[in-house]
Amino acid sequence: MTDPNLSSTDLLRSETIPPPRHELQEPENSPTNPTGKWGRFALICVPYVWLLLFFLVPFVIVAKISLSEAAVSIPPYLPVIDWGRGLLGLWEAAQRWSLDNYIWLTEDDLYWRAYVSSLQIAFISTLLTLLVGFPLAYGMARAPRSWQPTLVMMVILPFWTSFLIRVYAWIGILKTDGLLNQALIAIGIISEPLVILNTSIAVYIGIIYSYLPFMVLPLYSSLEKLDTTLIEAAEDLGCPPWKTFWRVTVPLAMPGVIAGCFLVFIPAVGEFVIPDLLGGSSTLMIGKTLWVEFFSNRDWPVASAVAIVLLVLLVIPILLFQRHETRRNEGDM
Amino acid sequence: MPSKPSWFNLTSLVLGFSFLYLPIVILIVFSFNESRLVTVWAGFSTKWYAALLQNEQLLEAAWVTFRIGLTSATLATVLGTLAALVLARQGRFFGRTLFSGMIYAPLVMPEVILGLSLLLLFVAIDQNRGFWTIMIAHTTFSMCYVAIVVQSRLSGFDRSLEEAAMDLGCPPVRTFFRITLPQILPGVLAGWMLAFTLSLDDLVIASFNSGPGSTTLPMKIYSQVRLGVTPEINAICTILVVIVTIGVILASLLTKRQRFKRMEEERLAAAHL
Repeated sequence: MTDPNLSSTDLLRSETIPPPRHELQEPENSPTNPTGKWGRFALICVPYVWLLLFFLVPFVIVAKISLSEAAVSIPPYLPVIDWGRGLLGLWEAAQRWSLDNYIWLTEDDLYWRAYVSSLQIAFISTLLTLLVGFPLAYGMARAPRSWQPTLVMMVILPFWTSFLIRVYAWIGILKTDGLLNQALIAIGIISEPLVILNTSIAVYIGIIYSYLPFMVLPLYSSLEKLDTTLIEAAEDLGCPPWKTFWRVTVPLAMPGVIAGCFLVFIPAVGEFVIPDLLGGSSTLMIGKTLWVEFFSNRDWPVASAVAIVLLVLLVIPILLFQRHETRRNEGDM
Repeated sequence: MPSKPSWFNLTSLVLGFSFLYLPIVILIVFSFNESRLVTVWAGFSTKWYAALLQNEQLLEAAWVTFRIGLTSATLATVLGTLAALVLARQGRFFGRTLFSGMIYAPLVMPEVILGLSLLLLFVAIDQNRGFWTIMIAHTTFSMCYVAIVVQSRLSGFDRSLEEAAMDLGCPPVRTFFRITLPQILPGVLAGWMLAFTLSLDDLVIASFNSGPGSTTLPMKIYSQVRLGVTPEINAICTILVVIVTIGVILASLLTKRQRFKRMEEERLAAAHL
């Protein structure tokens, strides 16, 4: 983990002349890290090893099982690596691995359609969330300073309350005899109840509603930092308001827009609860397909293959998001 | 900043917040509905709350959920704070990119993938599923949230205090507990709260990793929701919403008071100079 050259020069220096303490350390090393190689090593290792064990290794296992075939046994897939025989056991199992599950995914167009419709639904709902979230974030950033902590708190609060509860709340509203239809009929806009629940419209509403805080918070933090003198300058120079908005406000809010869109789009692609509770059987989404494959069909290898393909689809947006966030955080420092 | 919000801004605030809050308010109102029908108001009643107390399966599930939340949030806070220190203070080391990738990825990774992958790990090592497997799964994804929250606290913090303590010969571990930790404490507490509510809330990952006897409250709610909307579910949901709201408001008051106290101390210290 640590650069051996670096620490040995440190040691050398401390043996010859004891310099003032803070010069001993590398500029980026702070006093918080337990000085010495071992303290630093231990500090890095504990969270690192945990994540390797419970985050990275599981993916290797998913990849392995996606190459196996389903079987009526416990666990329900074959072959099982016989670790009792060491590397030989691994070799024997590896010879029986095949890409059949992936071929199966291409043959049955259910999966193909599920992937496409997940990406499509996630993309459209990300745009809609941006459309709903931007005015809200803008209003928050332009509100009097003294209101702002409360407003931020009010956006965060629904995010802390259960996701499941918030999705559930919409069932009662969107049902055919639900409150939305009752209200619309009462004020005479429609005479027949609209069918919204169990359609993709309900899924869009569910995603916008559930992910709105993820969009608003990064947007707000960009808009709030925005230097208003720039807008005043543009207006003083005769730029019409809508043009100022497009040429000044939007470009400066871009880091927030990008972060918000990633935070909505990526998890929405694999969403399970919303399409399951609001979308009914008519909405095809890959998270639901995976769930059914795993829990109803008990086909673990196909479920694993579905997960791997989903991961491959999401790897690029996830990497982009991570780079964007790292840069944003380091820029803040 | 203009002192008076414009008409447009006010409208967008009102509309935005009504959209965020109306469904929850409706849910709470209908938990007090006399009738079994969730969408027709038939008078005030608290009978659904009384019915909850009779439902032993539900209480059992709530207890399991609470214990998982408590243990996983605590463990996640320790691991997440360590991870934040690594990200904010350790500079470069071998595998840093992988490390920060593993911190950011779970924030956006679809839950079905996280749940499935951990389940397959537990099956591969022949671990029976139950309380501990859900606990480990929750710790793993919530430590990443804690790390992000604490890291943002660490990056906006005056390092000269730490350096002063070290220069005066305070050993690093003690410096952490005496100087760094008190300063980042609001972040750490917020991280714990977040980890706790994430665990309380999770359905998908818990469903993959649970075994017999470890049904959590969201799993219970989910299986009932699939059968239809009932006032009992509204009542459970109301209780959960109230608990979380009180928790979040208390936490924010606490951090506000602490900030105020520190400002006061700084003012006094400045007066003594």
